[in-house]
Amino acid sequence: MSQNAKTRWLKLTVTAFALVVLPFILEKAFSTYYLYLFIKAMVWALYAVSFNLVLGYGGMMSFGHAAFFGIGAYACSLLLVKSSCPLLLAFLAGPVAAALAGAVIGFFSVRIRGLFYFAVITLSFAQLVYILVFKWRTLTFGDDGIQGIPVPDVISTTDTYIPFYFFSLIIFLLCLYLLWRIVRSPFGLMLRSLRESPERAAFVGLKIESYRLIAFVLSAFFSGVAGVLFALMETSIAPNILFWSTSGEVVLMGLLGGMNLFLGPALGAVVMVLLSSFLTSYTEYWGMFLGVTLILIVLFFPKGVGGLMVEQIQKWRRAGHGHP
Amino acid sequence: MAILEIKGLKKAFGGLTAVAGIDLEVQEGHIHSIIGPNGAGKSTLFNLISGYYPSDEGSVFYRGQQITNLSPQKIVRMGIGRSFQVTNIFSKMSVHENIQATVLYRKGEGLNLLSDSRKRYQEETETILSMVGLKDKAQTMAGILSAGDRKRLELGIVLATEPELLLLDEPTCGMSPTETSRTIDLIQEITKKKALTVLFTEHKMDMVFCISSCISVMNFGVIVAAGEPDQIRSNEKVQQIYFGEDRCSLR
Repeated sequence: MSQNAKTRWLKLTVTAFALVVLPFILEKAFSTYYLYLFIKAMVWALYAVSFNLVLGYGGMMSFGHAAFFGIGAYACSLLLVKSSCPLLLAFLAGPVAAALAGAVIGFFSVRIRGLFYFAVITLSFAQLVYILVFKWRTLTFGDDGIQGIPVPDVISTTDTYIPFYFFSLIIFLLCLYLLWRIVRSPFGLMLRSLRESPERAAFVGLKIESYRLIAFVLSAFFSGVAGVLFALMETSIAPNILFWSTSGEVVLMGLLGGMNLFLGPALGAVVMVLLSSFLTSYTEYWGMFLGVTLILIVLFFPKGVGGLMVEQIQKWRRAGHGHP
Repeated sequence: MAILEIKGLKKAFGGLTAVAGIDLEVQEGHIHSIIGPNGAGKSTLFNLISGYYPSDEGSVFYRGQQITNLSPQKIVRMGIGRSFQVTNIFSKMSVHENIQATVLYRKGEGLNLLSDSRKRYQEETETILSMVGLKDKAQTMAGILSAGDRKRLELGIVLATEPELLLLDEPTCGMSPTETSRTIDLIQEITKKKALTVLFTEHKMDMVFCISSCISVMNFGVIVAAGEPDQIRSNEKVQQIYFGEDRCSLR
């Protein structure tokens, strides 16, 4: 085995070991709350990376991704609450419903040229879904939301978050791996070329709308997975997860972490979750601090925290520290 | 045999008639240039042929098949590739990726969601990069290339679509004399090697007369003269367009 392969295996083993022992350390040595925060960060990170397929790779400024996150959460929760549907089926129904909604919203939206108009039409569709969920009380329980979503004992969060941690970690890593394969695939390259110059791409032969629609549906699907994880973690959901602010937050996560990196938005999500959680314990005006942080990052580090980190690592390597 | 035939093509933008009824034939294997002053309608004509704009009237035939008002995608797939006056490349992608994306699409891999794109069609991509002289810059970000290299990269992208007819809109625009000369050599070499037909617009007259086998002169949206370079050089109408009606008044 070459030295590089050995180093790679060593890194993988250490990471896997860390991920296995982490929940025990967090829950036993600190508190369940920290483990809950970690899972929450994973859920939002998945949502942010899914969203970035559309914005960072496809150049489409969707301002309506809350719809897919929310539809995923609601589809799974409603099946669990209103029927005796097994978890696996209910789980799958979430992303499938989100992808279907993505196909419908995307069908009308991908034809629109211009970031602003695309943002407006996706926002409008998402608000429509929000109103529908809010008002359709007989189906969705309206503004009461869905309380006490029945989660099977094996992943129940009543006493401990550890089983749910492993459940969500496996799904998180699987989705991340699939998204990673997609962005590195020929399709991912087509998507980036569309982002760079739709005109050139058209004159290469690419059917712009079809590629955009596929990316939109895929992104909706994985956002739906994040929504399902959110619902199962919280065991209760309300229509506010479909409100435009959930769409706005994911854009901010991308900006914060850096949209040009695959894991940039995930990093942004982690920072947002941590900032909001810790700042909330000090001040009710935490949103203001978050706003100031975001303004500073956009002004001084347009590539986001992730971009800044990559730049520093590259500088460090160029200075001769990285190689023997 | 005419590879491209245009009959009575017209296009107006509001009150401005950019192309006012063009009839043109481009023979297979020829390097055919279209010259004319700024605003003559050359780029609009290219945009009509390539499907960028829909025409108001007239027809375009490619190998005898009607292609008027087809989408750019359909026209590209039929074998017509084009470059733009303002270079149009994928700026935030590497030079290699610019070509590879096009090759992958042509090979029907566009919807391949799970293969690693870096491992696909490397050889073919590198052949095109070598052809346009950009192999040593393969990993450079396309957006930071010099104007000449950007034009050559765009030519590479067009070649990767495997065209039989190349539409080049001012292929040496913004290039230094050395770069212009290299590009002329490149165009001649590639067209010969791949047996391509080229239709191009250009303002650099030495280049036009050096490589064209046929020249059409456009003014105010119509073709006012057409023929071999020597015929065009001595054509009075052409001289009037370029030097003015009363040449003595220039003194």
